[in-house]
Amino acid sequence: MANAVLSLRGVTKRFGGLVAVNGMDFDVAEHEVVGLIGPNGSGKSTTLNLVSGALPLSSGTVSLWGSAISGLPAQTINRKGVSRTFQLVRLLPSMNVRENVVAGAVFGHHRRWGHDAHNHAEGLLEKVGLGGKGDMSLAQLTYIDTKRVELARTLASDPKVLLLDEWLAGLNPTELQIGITLIKSLRDEGRTIILVEHVMDAIRSLCDRCVVMAAGTKIAEGTPSQVLSDKDVIRAYLGDDDA
Amino acid sequence: MSVTKTDMRNIFLAAAAFAICALLPFGDDGYWLGLGVTVAMFTTLATSWALFSGPTHYISLATAAFFGVGTYVTALGIEILPFWALVGLAGLIGAVLAALVGLATLRLSGVYFVIFTLGLAELVRQVITWVQNNTGQKGLYVLTDLDEAGIYWWLLGLAAAVFLAGWLIGRSRLGFALRIIGDDETVAAHSGINTARAKVLLFMVPGAVAAMTGAILAPRYVYIEPSLAFAPILSFQVVIMALLGGASRLWGPLLGVIPFTFLIEAVSSNFSNQTTLVIGIAFLVIVYFIPNGFVGLLDKILSRIKAREGA
Repeated sequence: MANAVLSLRGVTKRFGGLVAVNGMDFDVAEHEVVGLIGPNGSGKSTTLNLVSGALPLSSGTVSLWGSAISGLPAQTINRKGVSRTFQLVRLLPSMNVRENVVAGAVFGHHRRWGHDAHNHAEGLLEKVGLGGKGDMSLAQLTYIDTKRVELARTLASDPKVLLLDEWLAGLNPTELQIGITLIKSLRDEGRTIILVEHVMDAIRSLCDRCVVMAAGTKIAEGTPSQVLSDKDVIRAYLGDDDA
Repeated sequence: MSVTKTDMRNIFLAAAAFAICALLPFGDDGYWLGLGVTVAMFTTLATSWALFSGPTHYISLATAAFFGVGTYVTALGIEILPFWALVGLAGLIGAVLAALVGLATLRLSGVYFVIFTLGLAELVRQVITWVQNNTGQKGLYVLTDLDEAGIYWWLLGLAAAVFLAGWLIGRSRLGFALRIIGDDETVAAHSGINTARAKVLLFMVPGAVAAMTGAILAPRYVYIEPSLAFAPILSFQVVIMALLGGASRLWGPLLGVIPFTFLIEAVSSNFSNQTTLVIGIAFLVIVYFIPNGFVGLLDKILSRIKAREGA
């Protein structure tokens, strides 16, 4: 791909004898939303961890705008513009909502401090639907609100690429609609996003393209409707009988 | 960030408090001044300890190692260099030593870090003992004209510097980074924080301060030997005092240092063999009943009052 923001080439992760991610190749273009899908245990989250630097690669390369970022520590990758949320929400319990967002703004890709960071955080809280809740403690938040805080923190450094690890998981049907609308608003801003997701509604309405994984390997790639009608994909999810 | 009116008022109050403390030697030059030196010493040590261990929750037992190195800097250099230069040199050596220890150990978490720092003091002590045995020297005399009042003022100045440094760090990016690291190191790294660098940088502060405290106190001991300079009990006392007061605020450790110093003083003058017992019991009481120290207790009461007013 000519204008790939992020490229994975032969990305492999071994845990001892287990190959969790096996030779993954795919590109993400600017302003594109790519869904990384597949059955449980297929290596989606591990792939995301390899991109964000949470885990070291066994082999292969990940590059951002053509320069390799694989092998760099997580903080360096973040500073270069790759920011992520976590599968299980991770927040900073000793800080209030606003400080949690400021934490993402001070040291990352685009750095802010003092009033600048404070105002930036307020703006992001407004955007994710937490306007006026900056002074609240985390204990006062509902589950979706904790996810919103994490998303705002992830956005706070103006990342080039956003990695969302099952951001919609665990939401009830009403919250899910709110969540999808929120991610859609990020997409409409022209952000580049990789999302690991199980919720099919979200995949259909949000993704430009999907990469499907099974047992650590890429088995299909294309638009959501293409991959979801692909025989290999159906087999991976539902077994041979339904393929 | 700009300095607010409240900041100005706090700075003014702190300066006034230090000025009043500085008058102590004019009121008494015996028992109370001696106690003042002990309080100033532990305030300096416990406050600087909490600067690092408060936000990161790394329990360091290396205070005695840095302190001992500081006393030896004075003991070895007192004939050659002026006293102020020795204090500065001790600070420099303490900071470098802390950086080396930090680079080697801050990747370790929890109990491994605790054990390493405890072992460090013992290691340095054994090395110096070994050197002394091989050179036939037993200890070193530190003879100066610095009296108790002089030592007290030096410590008070150092304590003021620690408070000022702590206040500045608390407002800085480094201080904020350390709070994030203390909450969740994974989030810290994924927010662009170089966690290893931040931890090592801040670990150098208690290292330098403990070494400078040792350097200042060396003339008080007159005769310096390893078992005195590197006494491991010092590390434990600093931890207990800081935790008793509360390591989450800059002024927290002070709330632990004052009552604990008086307690130890009362026990050691009446039942001198039971000092260790008291330290042990104090540790149990803190861990079981006031895990967040007096500061935590105060916060709890305040939030309860607030909740009652709100209801």
